[in-house]
Amino acid sequence: MIKQLTCIECPVGCSLAADIENCRVVKVSGNKCPRGEAYAVSEIENPVRVLTSAVLSRGLDLKMVPARTDKPIPKAKLYEAMEALKKICVTQPLAAGDVIVPDFLGIGVDLIATREAGQVKI
Amino acid sequence: MIERDLVIVGAGPAGMAAALSAYEHGVRDILLLERDQYLGGILNQCVHTGFGLDYFKEVLTGPEYAGRFIKKIRAVKDIELSLRSFVVSLTKDKVLTYLKPGGLVQIKAGALIMATGAREKTREMIPIAGTRPAGIFSAGLAQKLINIEGLLPGREVVIVGSGDIGLIMARRFTLEGAKVKGVVEIQKETRGLTRNVVQCVEDFDIPFYLKHKITRIYGRDRVEKVGVAQVDENFNEIAGSRFDITCDTVLISVGLIPENELLEMAGVELDKKTNVPIAKEVNKTSIDGVFVCGNACKIYDLADSVTRDSELAGRMAAEYIKKQ
Ligand SMILES: Cc1cc2nc3c(=O)[nH]c(=O)nc-3n(C[C@H](O)[C@H](O)[C@H](O)COP(=O)(O)OP(=O)(O)OC[C@H]3O[C@@H](n4cnc5c(N)ncnc54)[C@H](O)[C@@H]3O)c2cc1C
Ligand code: SF4
Repeated sequence: MIKQLTCIECPVGCSLAADIENCRVVKVSGNKCPRGEAYAVSEIENPVRVLTSAVLSRGLDLKMVPARTDKPIPKAKLYEAMEALKKICVTQPLAAGDVIVPDFLGIGVDLIATREAGQVKI
Repeated sequence: MIERDLVIVGAGPAGMAAALSAYEHGVRDILLLERDQYLGGILNQCVHTGFGLDYFKEVLTGPEYAGRFIKKIRAVKDIELSLRSFVVSLTKDKVLTYLKPGGLVQIKAGALIMATGAREKTREMIPIAGTRPAGIFSAGLAQKLINIEGLLPGREVVIVGSGDIGLIMARRFTLEGAKVKGVVEIQKETRGLTRNVVQCVEDFDIPFYLKHKITRIYGRDRVEKVGVAQVDENFNEIAGSRFDITCDTVLISVGLIPENELLEMAGVELDKKTNVPIAKEVNKTSIDGVFVCGNACKIYDLADSVTRDSELAGRMAAEYIKKQ
């Protein structure tokens, strides 16, 4: 079976054709670079996305601290991740890249800050 | 009056790249003016990924992309940063007036780079009939409310236009638990990147109405529904195609327009329709020594391209200063 996909790894947006046999991708065409092939395989066999959002803070100079998972997570977990994310409140100053929640959702990814947040200046 | 070799207005990716590049090309007296209390411009509210792939060969979010330049700027002491400094007037002789906490300042610039970015086109710029209830936002304003202020401005949303910001907001609202009931685009193709259609609309099974337009917004105090109709090649409504979508929020995502009131004030020639400065070369204006870069120069799809072209503007300004 051939499945048509659009690669989302870069702004080019190549149209890919993935040849699937028994739920496995055996051949990818249409990709202008190797990342397209990896994307097609992942998209068919285990679709993943990096979750980006923002978490609440208290006592910091940003009301919301933007955050993301440091690695892609299964697409099916996005809503569960958002639920968990809404319960978080950061209170300590952070630099971009600092871990907010290690082993987020227990799936081996960290939730990290993407912008520095400092103490409120009085 | 105080004179500075180079003054840059706006500290988004454009202004920051121009400042760093001018410094690398030998300018040692640089003043960077920014009306906000943070550096980074619009990137601070673009918390999604999609930045830096071209420039850093890495996938970054907007704040991460901005953060890289903020770090560099802070490390260069010859670049003087002036935050909460709102430039309110500009003359053709490069005299700027800006408001900052504590007063009004007037300075003269040897060379000037305008990096004031763009603002969103509003509902007033596209004809939609109907009432004027609460619940109509530009997509970027909604982005700011959610990502910076932590407020969710609606529960049931219809997005008008398929620019990238609108597409990104379709996903953002959905993840926040709101229901995006449709993206309505009058053209036969999206105005945004295909990747954003895939990862922001198709991923969440959001209805995408191409070749459709909003015919009317209904609601007294708050938006209650919108009327939608299919259009033909000439964008005329196809009879009998009308239907309603109930919603409490309408997002307008129909593109950006360069923010160039200051240049206009100084007498720089601007294209009446696009607000883009008219000049023979990129980053130049009709006034010698006044440069423009980033979204103020033309609307860019990617911040990475903004950075590259703005580096060029910084170099051009450095060369101009050397010749004086
Ligand atoms: C709402 C919105 C969302 C966007 N989302 C994306 C996206 O997801 N991905 C992408 O690649 N691109 C996105 N863009 C495009 C983005 O604008 C560009 O990629 C890039 O950020 C433009 O950089 P800039 O420095 O030209 O403008 P900006 O980032 O807008 O910076 C302009 C700066 O100038 C300052 N300024 C303006 N006027 C004055 C004044 N009079 N005095 C002092 N300071 C002033 C402003 O405060 C601001 O900090 C978005 C644009 C908008 C408007
Ligand atoms: S295949 Fe390569 S070039 Fe094409 S969209 Fe994917 S990453 Fe970009």
